[in-house]
Amino acid sequence: MISSFPKLLNATLITLKLLSVSLILGLFIGLGFAILRMNNNKLINKFAYGYSYIFRGTPLLVQIFIIYFGLGQIEYLRTTFLWVVLKEPYWCAIIAFSLNTGAYTSEILRSAFQTIKPGYLEAGRSLGIPSKIIFTKIQIPIAIKQSLPAYGNEIILMLKGTSLASTVTLMDLTGVAKYIISTTFKPVEVFIVAGGIYLFMTFIIHNVIKYLEKKYGFHT
Amino acid sequence: MELLYFGDKGWGDELFFATLMTIAVSITAMIIGFIFAALFTPLKLSNNKFFNSIGNAYTTVIRGVPELLVIYLFFFGGSGAIMFVASIFGYNDYIEINAFLTGSFSIGIISGAYSTEVFRGALQSIDKGQFEAAKVLGFNKYIYFFKIILPQMLRLAIPNLSNVWQITLKDTSLISVTGLVEIMRQSYIAAGSTRDPLFFYSFAAVLYLMLTFLSMQLLNRLETKYSKGY
Repeated sequence: MISSFPKLLNATLITLKLLSVSLILGLFIGLGFAILRMNNNKLINKFAYGYSYIFRGTPLLVQIFIIYFGLGQIEYLRTTFLWVVLKEPYWCAIIAFSLNTGAYTSEILRSAFQTIKPGYLEAGRSLGIPSKIIFTKIQIPIAIKQSLPAYGNEIILMLKGTSLASTVTLMDLTGVAKYIISTTFKPVEVFIVAGGIYLFMTFIIHNVIKYLEKKYGFHT
Repeated sequence: MELLYFGDKGWGDELFFATLMTIAVSITAMIIGFIFAALFTPLKLSNNKFFNSIGNAYTTVIRGVPELLVIYLFFFGGSGAIMFVASIFGYNDYIEINAFLTGSFSIGIISGAYSTEVFRGALQSIDKGQFEAAKVLGFNKYIYFFKIILPQMLRLAIPNLSNVWQITLKDTSLISVTGLVEIMRQSYIAAGSTRDPLFFYSFAAVLYLMLTFLSMQLLNRLETKYSKGY
């Protein structure tokens, strides 16, 4: 039980790397699609809705498999520079995770944008502030504050989602745990250690979000 | 499209039965989840500190640990645990549990943690006066729970339970790692033998989308049925 601990800790680094990179990319994707969702053009709106519907309606495992096993099948892709990225399981996992979390993030941000009181925007407009600055200095900060609790949940879901990287040969925390289980046949012990590490990470994420909510939240 | 023909030429019938398997596992897991929720919701709401911490430990651990890890625990540890119990009763042969049972049990435990939270939330948002009135009027325990509390709780719980159903349905794709032939596993087999993974995994995605879409339609109907009168 103790001898497996260093191996699992090493694998935790890969899990954290996968989590942080895909969260950052997913935040940008989510913000982009949230803005598209609020566009008045019906076609753009439908496109953004379709994106989030498809990625939220199918299992993450299918998405990873399509990207890792499926895209390599297209001959044309193999000749482009994209192949450098798509042949690495690490990048395939990151692409799948970012697109997935991007879909959920876009929904979280959209509802946050839509619940901003119109009075704030009107106040900004009547003060003659340009709409670009209203967006970056008024809408985005308020939306971030309002979406914090839901986004915290999304981070924890994504942390659990990174375990699927083990299905495409990446040795993340779950991958190493499975390897140790299948070589030592001690499922309960390994589960306690690996599960403990995951719980510790969830605990920290939960408390950081709570702290941020307190610090930046509205006092209502 | 030839790949989807029914019979020996295509994978249509295999994928059809795999879809039925996914539905069967999801429903079984959901029911097992309800049983767990029925056990743990009272614990979570109990005033006794010991019971309360058991209930909290269940939901926190299961919701904080990846689904795949829980599945591996039951897949590798399940038959060992049952053999250990059997050996106490003097049965020492090798016992292998069926992949369907392991799969639906592990997904059921996960879905149970989410259901517990939903039921707890729903019970807590019922007006206290309802409990008091039912007690004051001297209804027996059966009427108290099944005729007064449960209908009100269901109305509040169903929208969230449909979320739990969606999560459960998507989680069943993970038990393909244990070899149970559901949509994901069947697509994996088909993709391997035809060397056409793009088509089969995309088709699997379409199947999952169809399942989530259809079940949402059904659940929305249920929701309007139970919120009648409000």
